[in-house]
Amino acid sequence: MKIKNILITFFSAIVILFSTTVVSFSKVVGDKIILGAAISLTGKYSSNGVHTQNGYNMAVDRINSMGGVKVGGKTYKFDIIYYDDESNPKRAAQLAERLISQDGVEFMLGPYSSGLTKAIAPVTEKYGVPMVEANGASRSLFTKGYKYLFAVLAPANLYLDVAIETAVELNGGKGVKIAQAFEQDAFSQDVRLGILDAAERTGSEIIIDDKLPKELNDMAATLVKVKQMKPDVLVVSGHTKGALTAIRQIAEMKVDVPMLAMTHCDAAKLSKQHGKNSQYALCASQWHKTLTYKDDFFKDGMTYAADFEKEFGYDPPYQSAESSAALLVFKDAFERANSFDQKKVRDALAATNMQTFYGNIKFAEGGQNVDKPMVLFQVMCDSSGKCENKVVAPLKWASAKLIHPIPKWSER
Amino acid sequence: MDFMVFQYPMITVQACLDGILLGVLFALIAYGMALQWGVMNIINIAQGDLVILGGYIAYFMYLYGIHPAWGVIVSPIIMYFVGVGIYKLVINKVVDRDLFISILATFGISILFMQLMNFAFGADVVLANSGYGTTFLFDSNVVLPNSKIFSAAISIIFAICLVIYMKKSKLGRAIRATAQNARAAKILGVDTEKVYAATFGINAALCGVAGALISITFTIHPYMGLPYTIRSFMIVIVAGLGNLPGVAISGMGLGVFEEFADYILGTEFRIGSVFLLLVLILVYRRFKLSRKREYLK
Repeated sequence: MKIKNILITFFSAIVILFSTTVVSFSKVVGDKIILGAAISLTGKYSSNGVHTQNGYNMAVDRINSMGGVKVGGKTYKFDIIYYDDESNPKRAAQLAERLISQDGVEFMLGPYSSGLTKAIAPVTEKYGVPMVEANGASRSLFTKGYKYLFAVLAPANLYLDVAIETAVELNGGKGVKIAQAFEQDAFSQDVRLGILDAAERTGSEIIIDDKLPKELNDMAATLVKVKQMKPDVLVVSGHTKGALTAIRQIAEMKVDVPMLAMTHCDAAKLSKQHGKNSQYALCASQWHKTLTYKDDFFKDGMTYAADFEKEFGYDPPYQSAESSAALLVFKDAFERANSFDQKKVRDALAATNMQTFYGNIKFAEGGQNVDKPMVLFQVMCDSSGKCENKVVAPLKWASAKLIHPIPKWSER
Repeated sequence: MDFMVFQYPMITVQACLDGILLGVLFALIAYGMALQWGVMNIINIAQGDLVILGGYIAYFMYLYGIHPAWGVIVSPIIMYFVGVGIYKLVINKVVDRDLFISILATFGISILFMQLMNFAFGADVVLANSGYGTTFLFDSNVVLPNSKIFSAAISIIFAICLVIYMKKSKLGRAIRATAQNARAAKILGVDTEKVYAATFGINAALCGVAGALISITFTIHPYMGLPYTIRSFMIVIVAGLGNLPGVAISGMGLGVFEEFADYILGTEFRIGSVFLLLVLILVYRRFKLSRKREYLK
């Protein structure tokens, strides 16, 4: 009896062991390379999560229809397993675990937002799964020594760097007075660090340094201080609600400031929600459709934007563009590695040096993209009240001239 | 710490006025909460979510080209029926039960509303532009957006109308009778079930007005309800139930307190300071109560 029990346990253990190994066989099945992604399809990041997913899908379709990925003389097609992480970091980490150990995914695409990428990175790192992410810009992602994390976007501390440098340049090289208000989250605080660096480098002075809460919908106090202290530049970063609140209250309180620089303007649909009130705002962006980078799959930004609009019915925000770029990076790395060995693919990723419609991509030691500068666009409106975002800096990509200083409210 | 707010008298005036205008709006939400708390003995955690839902109604009107100020009329009408619906579905099952159960139930409703709004309206932060312009006072040293003045005025009008309605109308009298003693009211022929439903509906309608005003003055987002619940809860426990002038004064007090906390401690501690104040008030109340209890012993 006892022996029988032991035997049964032994065999069932073997069966269980075998069944799990069967499931986690390499995830290149037939002619498909299966990538995994946990994306926020519900919860507070759901709109940007959907932009991310659309970007991924667009690139998958395009690459597959244009010949797929050639590895070892054979052609493969991309396929993605998606899970909804509910905008919840804990859930995202669980899903990453599940994608890797149950679904047997060997290559991952990133989620939306720095916070969720931070939650997933330790998991992919533990299993040695290369992850190309397109929506986590927080500097702290790139200082942890992750070996399998690659980000196609520029790190957060570079977002508004250009704005300060432009302001100093326009001031004849002399330092400027900066007022800043940043939300208390990893991303915005990184943007803040970037401003602190830029201020030190250019001899500028920070005269207001406010922190904004997560539940922000009123920043009148900061703006009253701005009115009183008259800085040369006002910098605001607090995701979409920061951008929307700032524009609304600046217009209502008629705050005059020569330069206003922000993040998340296009996610906030500033020019659509605020119309002429948003005029002259400077916005940091990872990408803009008028940039003239090129590749074989999407041609250039304008073509990408037109194709995207045709497929999804709206103008692509940069979140979609960078997500599409992540797939191009994977394809390039697979072909150069000419193998599905995770280590080899990882090394190929690390050696990436390419141009996509989204920008140049070359990874630094920490995994961040160091070959693509941020661009600044300015909201410009015509007399009929129709507003558009035009790239004004860096000069190489500018499609319009920066309007500086911003005209006073009394003169508009 | 930054004491700039006291160094420039104009900033002090600005902070006080901003706070009062904001506080009046809070008081309106708190009044709804006090009403149904008093009548039904239910603490409605979903109060803030009803506010946000009301805001979305105004926002959608704005989106379809109707001036969002009309939301002040339309939103309460829709929200009244939403309120009655919630009552019929959930609240009538917990109305005579323990307070704790009602908190759990409304907490559940709150989560459900957040997720449904997120699902239906998306996770974007939105607002409705009124285009009301700005009022400048004291040589344009003090700036008041007209939207804030508008929302305070509307709040006051609605509060006054409600007080008159409570005093004069039949339903108002029935509501007050039920609040005093539900059993006695029932014996005297008041249909308490109907009164409860109407009370919850009126509360939701007030939230609808407040939400429409918030979409005009600030921003709305599916997950932004809780701070409004906390604020109204606090105003009610400071003022006590059935004390309308108290609600108005403590609402404005809270508004001014928030503005000053914003200037002195920084915007990041704005909501935090409200929570801290709530804890202090609860501790103080408890302390006072325990002294009273000892005295009774």
